[in-house]
Amino acid sequence: MAKRDIPEINAGSMADIAFLLLIFFLVTTTMDVDTGISRKLTEKQDPNIKPPKLKEKNVFIVTVNRNNDLLVEGTKFIQVDELREEVIKFIDNGGGLGNPIDGAEPAECDWCEGEKDPASSDHPNKAVISLESDRGTSYGTYISVQNELVGAYTDLRNRLSKKLYRITYTELLKQSKNDVKNESLKEKIKNIKKKYPQIISEAEPTK
Amino acid sequence: MSKFRKKKKGMPGISTASLPDIVFMLLFFFMVTTVMRETDLKVRQTLPYATEVKKLERKSLVSYIYVGKIEGQGGDKIQLNDRISSLEDIKYFIFAERETHSEDEIPLLTTSIKADINSSVGTSTDIKEELRNVNALKINYSTRKGDITRNK
Repeated sequence: MAKRDIPEINAGSMADIAFLLLIFFLVTTTMDVDTGISRKLTEKQDPNIKPPKLKEKNVFIVTVNRNNDLLVEGTKFIQVDELREEVIKFIDNGGGLGNPIDGAEPAECDWCEGEKDPASSDHPNKAVISLESDRGTSYGTYISVQNELVGAYTDLRNRLSKKLYRITYTELLKQSKNDVKNESLKEKIKNIKKKYPQIISEAEPTK
Repeated sequence: MSKFRKKKKGMPGISTASLPDIVFMLLFFFMVTTVMRETDLKVRQTLPYATEVKKLERKSLVSYIYVGKIEGQGGDKIQLNDRISSLEDIKYFIFAERETHSEDEIPLLTTSIKADINSSVGTSTDIKEELRNVNALKINYSTRKGDITRNK
């Protein structure tokens, strides 16, 4: 076969084409990472079923009014930045016996470092945070409060995790995400979650 | 002086042959890291700040509800897809969203509430109530990462 001379294709305009595509993608796409506070809503309850009875000392009531003022336990006005400390003090109190874990006898919270005040919560798995807001509360304040409540739990979990495994809870979660198959990490996370379960309830807002 | 002139004379032109490669590399980088813009925002929004945030994984499973004000109109408005909608539309929005996913992905569907920092809690409570009615329980309050003192 005769060897034919193929003329070379001019690639000079390749850069222009690529630039055109690049600019198209730059304009039509967004790069923002979506972050946020994740929550699970409660299921609709049958109105005939009575809600479980809770001891008043095991409920920590946070009220936000329409002027974005914060009231805890119905008596104390505080600022948002003081809330985390108050919540930690309440959850970590450990003044009595908790709900039975894995069918064992109800036991005291031996990982709590609170004051063991009998007038405050019994056990982290009994302590309920109740958030009452007004319809007129600004969303920014509401998110701040939510953030502080979640933050309090994160702080406690980090502390416990550091004590048990010498690594913070946040770090545990990060490692587990990079190493999905690691069962021992998952077990550790589960253990910590069980010791400080996040119980936040939201009341219907006042009109 | 003559030394300099000599040098200038022998300077070769820079080859632009690798320019397409560089641009393509940039192009692929942007194609991989970004997502297509889906909706135009009709409501005006500044998202609140929070520190305890989680990244939203798997964007295909997330549907967005935007809440904010419109210039010149009072009250909070809800935007679904490209339209300003009423509260009653939310359930149809969720149903439509479920249609596009397979059966086993439905429990994983998350609704992200992107509400303006100055909107009222009442609006988002109404939205949550609607979501509870259709059993779409996984939600996410969309926030930016930052100190909460900026939420004022």
